[in-house]
Amino acid sequence: MYQYDDYDRALVFERVAQFRDQVERFMAGELSEEEFLPLRLQNGLYLQKHAYMLRVAIPYGTLSATQLRTLASIARDYDRGYGHFTTRQNMQFNWIELAQVPDILERLAEVEMHAIQTSGNCVRNITTEAFAGVAADELLDPRPLAEILRQWSTINPEFLYLPRKFKIAICSAEQDRAAIMMHDIGLYLYRDDDGQMLLRVIVGGGLGRTPILGLQIREGLPWQHLLSYVEAVLRVYNRYGRRDNKYKARIKILVKALGIETFAKEVEEEWQHLMDGPAQLTEAEYERVASAFVPPDYRSLPDVDLAFGTRMADNPAFARWVSRNVQPHKVAGYTSVVLSTKPGIASPPGDVTDAQMTAVAEWSERFGFGEIRIAHEQNIVLPDVPKADLYALWCLANEQGLGCANIGLLTDIIACPGGDFCALANAKSIPITHAIQARFEDLDYLHDLGDISLNISGCMNACGHHHIGNIGILGVDKNGSEWYQITLGGSQGKNSALGKVIGPSFSAAEVPEVIERIVHTFVSYRESEELFVDTLQRIGLVPFKEQVYPKVLEESA
Amino acid sequence: MNNLLRLEEGVARIVADDPWLLVRSPEDELPAGSLILPLNRWLQNPFGHAVWLGPDDEVESLKPWLPILPLIALDFPSFRDGRGYSQAYLLRTRLGWTGELRAVGDVLRDQLSHMRQCGFDSFAVREDKSAEDALKGLAGMSVLYGRSAIEPRPLFRRR
Repeated sequence: MYQYDDYDRALVFERVAQFRDQVERFMAGELSEEEFLPLRLQNGLYLQKHAYMLRVAIPYGTLSATQLRTLASIARDYDRGYGHFTTRQNMQFNWIELAQVPDILERLAEVEMHAIQTSGNCVRNITTEAFAGVAADELLDPRPLAEILRQWSTINPEFLYLPRKFKIAICSAEQDRAAIMMHDIGLYLYRDDDGQMLLRVIVGGGLGRTPILGLQIREGLPWQHLLSYVEAVLRVYNRYGRRDNKYKARIKILVKALGIETFAKEVEEEWQHLMDGPAQLTEAEYERVASAFVPPDYRSLPDVDLAFGTRMADNPAFARWVSRNVQPHKVAGYTSVVLSTKPGIASPPGDVTDAQMTAVAEWSERFGFGEIRIAHEQNIVLPDVPKADLYALWCLANEQGLGCANIGLLTDIIACPGGDFCALANAKSIPITHAIQARFEDLDYLHDLGDISLNISGCMNACGHHHIGNIGILGVDKNGSEWYQITLGGSQGKNSALGKVIGPSFSAAEVPEVIERIVHTFVSYRESEELFVDTLQRIGLVPFKEQVYPKVLEESA
Repeated sequence: MNNLLRLEEGVARIVADDPWLLVRSPEDELPAGSLILPLNRWLQNPFGHAVWLGPDDEVESLKPWLPILPLIALDFPSFRDGRGYSQAYLLRTRLGWTGELRAVGDVLRDQLSHMRQCGFDSFAVREDKSAEDALKGLAGMSVLYGRSAIEPRPLFRRR
């Protein structure tokens, strides 16, 4: 994984010193709350309902064992013994004292981590998929370009006070697990017939209160132009994006207002001044960064492991876990393992304790190369586990509450922290998550249902990506009380789609019953092994509405 | 203007005797002296005076006037409005402005290093803040990954 050089190290430590000074000046009353606000946001610090929340970047979702142990130590020493993985490859600490933040950031800097630009109206953490570099369907490793872009966008002086936040994701695999259609800029990296690395550039996607899929503005952009092209997009956005209304300030609104052709023309025009200039990437720079992402020293393993096969045959629970939580690997004999952070009511989605983090760090060394990934579904990935070790890992994961065999199933719920923590939320997410998980406890039944994604956001900022869940739940405020609106038919990946609202919203108490009726409708119409999304596509929303509404209305009447 | 910092040959100092007066409103009766006028007003009265642009003004509109302009100011109505950074960058790198480029308005210590990177060389610090204190904000960080108006080569070309 990427190792800091002297420049990277100098930058993070200088940044800590700078923020330490800003915190001191704020606490001494020399900086007003308004003046301090963007400074703390650009250092990942939010003020939530009960305390400050610190959002730490996990670039391309990759952590070393040492880094994960450091996160565990921060959870233990500065928080209440746990941290929360978000949907954008960050870890959030929810119970932070302002005066301690510089010390926390220093501890992060010591292990080559930071919280720079994890919030604020600037270019955020560049994301890739969690399986970058190991996925069997990968075309190219997207991480070198992601890292080049991360560096270029870090404290880029012109683009720190954009109209609104700006999120960039890069993907280069058959399946888009980085959700590039939902980003301000989505980049798809591929090779042409001559082997040239090219980029497809998508702009204007995003969730939030105006969910919209991105539109392509450039096809076949040679990779050397990555920085200049992104700079052109950002300059057009910085100059012309709306600033009068924060809900209309994302680039998607500008793209919509101008139309994609006009927007693309503006960008091309700006780019004409930049292309082939000093921002043009060099082979040497690519190689320098790519050398940090060389594959580990894989052993030569047989693709078939007899003991593993026997375990699968003898132990249905283990076999079930393998069928859901183990992903194919591009190297024979290896697999990638997803550890579920969604065991049900034991803890909220994405939450992990310091003890769990310490255990995962140890497993990553024992069963892999000391590397851990964080998936945008808020689960933990051990990317390089030999087949022969899966059973031992499964046993340990179960002891730590990380062995739930529910990846991609209905209870693998993606949820934001919601009204229990977040000052923006209209409604709570975690109790709804738990109520649904409690309703669908039977793993056999869940496995029969197959892939169903369920996403919950506590408000229309959509941190839980509810629009792209097959089932989406959005917390809404109605006269000061908490209600939940349900959407169906969202999906992520190459066939990205936004869910459609099925009708009036529900009280918290009604939600589990509504989900059960939706699932019941699916089961009654399902043909053989059909996926939920496919049944929905085939029969449309009407049968679901018919099942959901009359009876709920009768009961609550 | 008061509370002014200026870079002279890379060294920042507080300027006590700046001759320029900033005229905010285009309707005002013009006072005597060296004035920095809003764009529309300046276009009626271009000779001898300087101009300031708001974030909605297009820097490209100054192109024909650059040879006669004594100074250009860019206004930050709020320090959180980042359009001035792109305006400054374009004036320096695309339009080739080499004269004084002044930040006015909500100009505060913690943004000064970004302004400097984008090509500003004078800074009218908000009057309720200490100019001396603001001087500390000009240095910024020693590392710039990308490039800027004052450092045209990205780090990967400087390694």
